Amino acid sequence: MARVVVDPIPRIEGHLRIEVEIQNGKVKDAWSSGTLFRGLEIILQGRDPRDAHLLTQRSCGVCTLTHSLASVRAVEDALKIKIPPNARIVRNLTHAAQNMHDHSVHFYQLCALDWVDVVSALKADPKKTADLSASVSGRPQTKKYYEGLKGKLDAFVKSGQLGPFANAYWGHPAYKLPPEANLMAVGHYLDNLRQQVHAAQMTAIWGAKNPHLQGHLPGGVTVIEQLNADRIAQYMFQLKEQIAFIEEVYIPDLLAVASFYKDWTKVGGNDNFLAYGDFPESDEEPDSFYFPRGMILDKQLKLEKLDAAKITEDVTHGWYEKGEPLHPSVGETKPLSGDALGGAVPNTTDKDGKYSWIKAPRYDGKVMEVGPLAQCLVSYVGGNKEIKDTVDMCLKKLNAPPTALFSTLGRIAARGIKCLVNAKAAEKWCGELIANIKSGDTKTFTSYKLDESTNGQGMGLNDVARGSLGHWIDIEKGKIKNYQQVVPSTWNLGPADAKGQKGPVENALIGTPVADPKKPLEILRTVHSFDPCIACAVHVIDPQTNEVYKFRVS
Amino acid sequence: MDRCIDVPERLALKGVSRRDFMKFCGLMATVLGLPMSFAPRIAEAAARKRPTVVWMHFAECTGCTESFIRTAHPWAADIVLDIVNIAYLETIQAAAGDQAEEILEETVKNEKGKYICIAEGAIPTKDNGVYGKIHGKTFAEIANHVTKNAAATICVGNCACYGGVQAAKPNPTEAKSVSEVTGVKTVNLAGCPPNADNMVATILHFLVLGKLPALDDLGRPLFAYGYLIHDNCERRGRFENDEFVKEFGDEGAAQGYCLYKVGCRGPETGNNCPKIRWNQGTNWPVGAGHPCIGCSQPQFWDEMSPFYVEK
Repeated sequence: MARVVVDPIPRIEGHLRIEVEIQNGKVKDAWSSGTLFRGLEIILQGRDPRDAHLLTQRSCGVCTLTHSLASVRAVEDALKIKIPPNARIVRNLTHAAQNMHDHSVHFYQLCALDWVDVVSALKADPKKTADLSASVSGRPQTKKYYEGLKGKLDAFVKSGQLGPFANAYWGHPAYKLPPEANLMAVGHYLDNLRQQVHAAQMTAIWGAKNPHLQGHLPGGVTVIEQLNADRIAQYMFQLKEQIAFIEEVYIPDLLAVASFYKDWTKVGGNDNFLAYGDFPESDEEPDSFYFPRGMILDKQLKLEKLDAAKITEDVTHGWYEKGEPLHPSVGETKPLSGDALGGAVPNTTDKDGKYSWIKAPRYDGKVMEVGPLAQCLVSYVGGNKEIKDTVDMCLKKLNAPPTALFSTLGRIAARGIKCLVNAKAAEKWCGELIANIKSGDTKTFTSYKLDESTNGQGMGLNDVARGSLGHWIDIEKGKIKNYQQVVPSTWNLGPADAKGQKGPVENALIGTPVADPKKPLEILRTVHSFDPCIACAVHVIDPQTNEVYKFRVS
Repeated sequence: MDRCIDVPERLALKGVSRRDFMKFCGLMATVLGLPMSFAPRIAEAAARKRPTVVWMHFAECTGCTESFIRTAHPWAADIVLDIVNIAYLETIQAAAGDQAEEILEETVKNEKGKYICIAEGAIPTKDNGVYGKIHGKTFAEIANHVTKNAAATICVGNCACYGGVQAAKPNPTEAKSVSEVTGVKTVNLAGCPPNADNMVATILHFLVLGKLPALDDLGRPLFAYGYLIHDNCERRGRFENDEFVKEFGDEGAAQGYCLYKVGCRGPETGNNCPKIRWNQGTNWPVGAGHPCIGCSQPQFWDEMSPFYVEK
């Protein structure tokens, strides 16, 4: 039996340490540790509630925008503000563009290198690569292009300065793609570096800049002057380019790579899935959500209703004082500090050992996975025809049953599927925006009162690039009394709970084959399939006062 | 094997023409405030050298790295991958765990005094800094090791420059800037995040002229931060004419009036956003009707807030 620690985990946001126990070539047990704590929620206390979306957006610069969205929605819920239709649509369009950016960057820049052997691409035959790209890709390239690409790669490797490709697991037996597929993928890795620049531009049209957009505000969006034909046309033009890239490159690559790794449909799954749903198409929330709200339990393809009051957070294995699992709105957080913290060294050997800054959220005591796979599963059974058709198309092409979705590969595929469906829905929303403006409605902001007499509690539940994101705010006398974030990576990367139930990533890792414990490539595959975002995941503590935070359930 | 590869030639293989490359060098000369006659020298420096970069993440959100990969003109993401040798950058590197640690150690040892350290994020110092660790070592230990052996340290973003969001009151982890913790004098590319064009321009300045750019008293390059947002703002005329947005969504907002009375911090903030804008000139906060929040000033989370109130 061998213990393997992978720290740092690269190609994620934040600081994550994964430890596994390997027996007979497979992971027998796993521990996920967030190794950074910043304490943003305590910093929020006493501030102007309207500033929270700017500050919480700094939870993460990768899933930038999403915390801003969650925060303005929480404040609007607390102050009972209804935003104008234009603001709703502009938010949807900007959020959709962020997903296009985030999902394709995850596939090519963050996770592809776990499946694509860059060094093997040097052995590719350019002619055969051109033939392969003609048969699988909607954007085939010529022999000359692949000769050039291979020459460039060759020169890069021979320079002796491998940069970000140095010291990786190249040549590992778990890499299964032929050299030609590897070379094609390297080409698309570089293509997407350019493509993502355009996707980011789309978010900046009405969001001012990316990362860290400045266009939201409780009450709506700030843009009015530039909600014009020129800007809408710019968005739509770039949207067409994005959809073409997703359809012609991203999805074909996904299917091509998946066809070589079908074993990975049997590894890395979870049982329960939760999605808050998102993209409101009217004032009716969550009923009008384009991606519906709900749950899947015990891998049964049946929609279950979600009741946010059943969410609790467990701190048994986090660096916090012992306490009962509580709802985030009445949550207590008593972090350890000084001697009790013991240097924050992960203890993965004792039964009640503490090993992470991340708490363990549970739904009705159950471990829930969130993210694009959860959103796709809930949408599949929840009446989203576009998701159902796209999932069925992918399964058919891979000749795989729906149960194949409950896996590492299923998780990666779901992200691409959601990305495509979301992008196409954005075309429809552009039409709505144009119709609104044509009818003379240019309103983007709802006025409201916020002063020393303002009190209220609100909740913003969103389903963003990495999954279900909840913000809870308590406003007292016009200031933030308390703020809580339960983010997607808290759900997915959190530790075990008091009952010993492992968190989703830990659970998914168990059973993963590991050919060489010194080169745990397979571990990276499953961890990356969750698209971890650790700066987001670690939240709420005040190590100085050990203050108890309380919310009322609204 | 010759380590000096012809960058323009390699870029040509990727579809980036020599003309595009020269255009990029011209743009960089402009951003840096150098005469256009410097463009060939920028091209020469970019083509000749591939200095090693070690990019460390501490207490931060990775927004600065994300900003960096948004570069273009024509495709600076490609160009920069070819111009510098990014030996360590967790967000994009293939290597993990022990192999990643090995690269870091080898680079610091073998390239001692030669590599550029780019630091992103603040350093927690409470309880001996245990609130942030990589490979079992605290950020403070790592920062001291990596910055003190570097030729130069460039801080990207307000967290590394001045402590940033985690250092905002009451600063629960006693987070500090890289310079405060290590004692190393740093170039401070302030901003939350800084603009990618300013990051690339600073690196090129170092390559072309062999020294770091002139800095203001906050450690910020004058070429980017030497002007107030207000002085170059497209709505400056509105300010002079007393044409102000009084409330978001009002008639003034629809007319593109000045945002000063709804909290704009442009008059107190040094940065070149109005000149170079963001995301290839797509837009910038004031263009989208949102006030500047002063994100390139130290302690802006405390000093500039509440953000939507006139100071």
